[in-house]
Amino acid sequence: MMAVYVLYGVAALFVLAPIAITLGGSPRGTGVVYGAGIVVTLTLGVIALRCLFNPLQTSTVTLPLGLPWLGAHFRIDALAAFFLVVVNFGGAAASLFALGYGRHEHSPQRILPFYPVYLAAMNLVVMADDAFSFLVSWEFMSLSSWALVIAHHRVSDNVRAGYIYLLMASFGTLALLLAFGLLAGADGNYAFDAMRASHPSAALAALVLILVLIGAGSKAGLVPLHAWLPLAHPAAPSHISALMSGVMTKVAVYGFIRIVFDLLGPPDWWWSMVVLAIGGITAVMGVLYALMQRDLKRVLAYSTIENIGIIFVALGLALAFKTEGLAWAAALAMTAGLFHVFNHSLFKSLLFFGAGSVLNATGTRDMEQLGGLIHRMPQTAFVFLAGCVAISALPPLNGFVSEWLTFQAILQSPQLPSWGLKLMVPAVGALLALSAALAAACFVRAFGFTFLGRPRTPIASGAQETDSNSLAAMYLLAAACLIAGILPGIFIDALAPVVQSLVGGRMPVQTGVEWLSIVPIAESRSSYNGLLVFVFMIASGAIAAFAIHRLASNKSRRSPAWGCGYPDPSVATQYTADSFAQPIRRVFGTVVFRAREIGEMPPPGSTAPARLTVLLRDVIWDFAYSPIATGVTLAADRLNYLQFLTIRSYLSLVFAALVLLLLVLAIWP
Amino acid sequence: MIRDVAFQGGQMLLVLLLSPLLTGFVRKVKARLLRRQGPPLLQPYRDLIRLMRKDVVLADNASWLFRVIPYFVFAATWISASLVPTFRSGLLFSWSADLIAIIAVLGSARFFLALAGLDVGTSFGGIGSSREVMIASLAEPAMLMIVFTLALIAGSTQLSTMSAFMNSSEVGLRVSLGLGLIALIVVAIAENARIPVDNPATHLELTMVHEAMVLEYSGRHLALIELSAALKLLVYFSLIACLFAPWGISSPTAEPKLLIVGVAAYMAKLAGGGVLLAVFETAIAKMRVFRLPGFLGAALMLALLAALLRFVSRSF
Repeated sequence: MMAVYVLYGVAALFVLAPIAITLGGSPRGTGVVYGAGIVVTLTLGVIALRCLFNPLQTSTVTLPLGLPWLGAHFRIDALAAFFLVVVNFGGAAASLFALGYGRHEHSPQRILPFYPVYLAAMNLVVMADDAFSFLVSWEFMSLSSWALVIAHHRVSDNVRAGYIYLLMASFGTLALLLAFGLLAGADGNYAFDAMRASHPSAALAALVLILVLIGAGSKAGLVPLHAWLPLAHPAAPSHISALMSGVMTKVAVYGFIRIVFDLLGPPDWWWSMVVLAIGGITAVMGVLYALMQRDLKRVLAYSTIENIGIIFVALGLALAFKTEGLAWAAALAMTAGLFHVFNHSLFKSLLFFGAGSVLNATGTRDMEQLGGLIHRMPQTAFVFLAGCVAISALPPLNGFVSEWLTFQAILQSPQLPSWGLKLMVPAVGALLALSAALAAACFVRAFGFTFLGRPRTPIASGAQETDSNSLAAMYLLAAACLIAGILPGIFIDALAPVVQSLVGGRMPVQTGVEWLSIVPIAESRSSYNGLLVFVFMIASGAIAAFAIHRLASNKSRRSPAWGCGYPDPSVATQYTADSFAQPIRRVFGTVVFRAREIGEMPPPGSTAPARLTVLLRDVIWDFAYSPIATGVTLAADRLNYLQFLTIRSYLSLVFAALVLLLLVLAIWP
Repeated sequence: MIRDVAFQGGQMLLVLLLSPLLTGFVRKVKARLLRRQGPPLLQPYRDLIRLMRKDVVLADNASWLFRVIPYFVFAATWISASLVPTFRSGLLFSWSADLIAIIAVLGSARFFLALAGLDVGTSFGGIGSSREVMIASLAEPAMLMIVFTLALIAGSTQLSTMSAFMNSSEVGLRVSLGLGLIALIVVAIAENARIPVDNPATHLELTMVHEAMVLEYSGRHLALIELSAALKLLVYFSLIACLFAPWGISSPTAEPKLLIVGVAAYMAKLAGGGVLLAVFETAIAKMRVFRLPGFLGAALMLALLAALLRFVSRSF
């Protein structure tokens, strides 16, 4: 029954699109579309929660749509229910934020019709139970988000971003299409049930794994298929960026989990190694790129790549444990991965909302032009800080809990018998630890240069606090980050049925543990209590403040800043985001980005300024994308010749092709 | 129950009261090694009291965050210090954060301190923060690799269990332990801004990191930051002591008189560590900032090697 209700909700979202077209650019349209969006997504979210807590009831629907002999199958099991929760609560938060944010939109008619379709498509992908519905919904999701990416099409960067996004999305879908084709086998059983029942041979399964890594991985942003993501996500309006980064990448993760853990059958021994390696590299590369960016939304987009890397490391561990039949360890890793999926959807949406508010208030995303916004936008600064702490994996917020669980899963891996994994897992663990430390640096930089310091330009000093709807959405997400951080046991238990269905085991029940701690295996081995850490921090900070104010001194006065002498009051003397990243650029960038610094000193006596030029190269773009683009252009140039032949040449070409095909058929065994 | 609360409270007070003494002791020994008289042992306490009584001078554009951060940093460091076993293991709240969580709590203190360096918008604060996060980005992964190594040896990330295991006869001499100890010492030096990574004694030197970051702080805020720095030094001393020299730590079931042995052993370990640190700092010169990645990278590689050895075989 539940699936039917969800489909009604999806239908309501589809109906919203023509309404949005008729309302067009009128100011009422924004309120209607986003208001209805909140209502529908919240309802869907509550339904999904009910499905998650009643895991035994798998609900299915078959509609007479799609392929005539197949129909459109939809199904909500525990896994789908969990991702429906992520999609719909993310959608509700984005709609609430957009109620305020969308009023500043110059051309709402370019956004409003696509927005509900986008939400509906993400719901459908998660519910789809046959390859045809899955791919159609997937394409709906890609195309509607593409339309939203190029909503501001007069900015030339956005058009380029849209073009690259479209190319990569079709490439990804092609890979998924081939993967499903292989899974369906020669008889063309496109229903997921049939795929579950039949196990492809080892070689075919390996090919499917690679194709899924390409198809779902390119949507999720795995290195080296990530190139479109940092261009497209920031180009969209900020609530769409939040949905793309916080939610759509999770739908891609869902696609990966659905195919690899559910449809593909028992995993081979080397699969986990591939996933682990890609995940670890993605995590470190993503955060290193993020550290080099000046554009606030691009920082967030690259950080999404990092978090996807962390999720894939956890999934890779789960796959490794599952292969060896260590169900309890696989459950630990899987819980860590899924919890991080949920957590990232919370804090990445929050951060994109914050970036959107800054963008609205100042009109720029360039950190080098911002600064001092904590005075002008104190509430946005507060919630953005909460998001930064959460995403930097610092206790007591939620990002830390999922990373902590991942580390606990890594500590179980010496039990794996495979030598390759024994060598690989600690290296991946080191990459994960490195990416966590760099993420903290990245978000010190993102918060510090946007909100702290002195305003670098008049637009920053004239900013105004954002509206109450946007603030409400951000406060709700920040509160959710705190709750998931201090009471993680509830969330881990809620994930148990999902994990059970995927790896055949679950983590011990957490809600019964005294003091609300989480204990993955046994208390003598490891435990963490976010609530106590939080209470202790607040209490000891408050006690210290109280004691010092009462017993010692509580007076303070203001004076000019002291930089070992009174510094030049010009704001240009401040540290910049680029100079902040310089030490890390020197340590890591010389290899990863081939960073070079060229200093030009004027000759003695000259009054010309000295110049420092920093050259960074995107190695992946240079070595993977550029050669392909050059190759395609070259081939197109060569083939262009074929368009100017005489009729005789065309006829002989057709004849030659026919003969060749017949020959192939004749020789084919 | 009351006993447990008393022990936990006792540890919290002990670390709070001891930490300035440890700092004063290290300074005194360093001064004696340099043939100076040196400040009296209790000088850090006097400094703290004097600072707390003074007015706070805030920069004109300092925000509310700047004023909250000292209390937060102090709270986070104090919590870490009260969770590391010192004289008695298995304290009341010892299970509320394992070693990974303790490292992360210290990490959040550093995160906020780096933000404080950026708040006023001077270049000193910026340079300090920027170098601090660069050092942290190498030291933190090294630390986690050390944690992995030790956790795999002891089969736990719970410090009380680890310390008890390290005290038992099952440990023996292991290659990975040796590598881990060297890496841990390097990380401890870097995290506490000691020579050769940073110089805690100077204010006016372009290579400084920590002191540049907190340059804008004054009065009670500065007192809290200094106290946190002292506590952090104590945390790393206690950590190395409870993992690599766990002798004398009384177990939860031990009879009361062993507590006195525990406290005495802890003091002796702190004093021994203090002397070693002072000798090391006197014998070595400060490094250039861009030599640091090599120094810390070596620690990271040693720790990774130790972890790899543990993953590959149980006997290393």
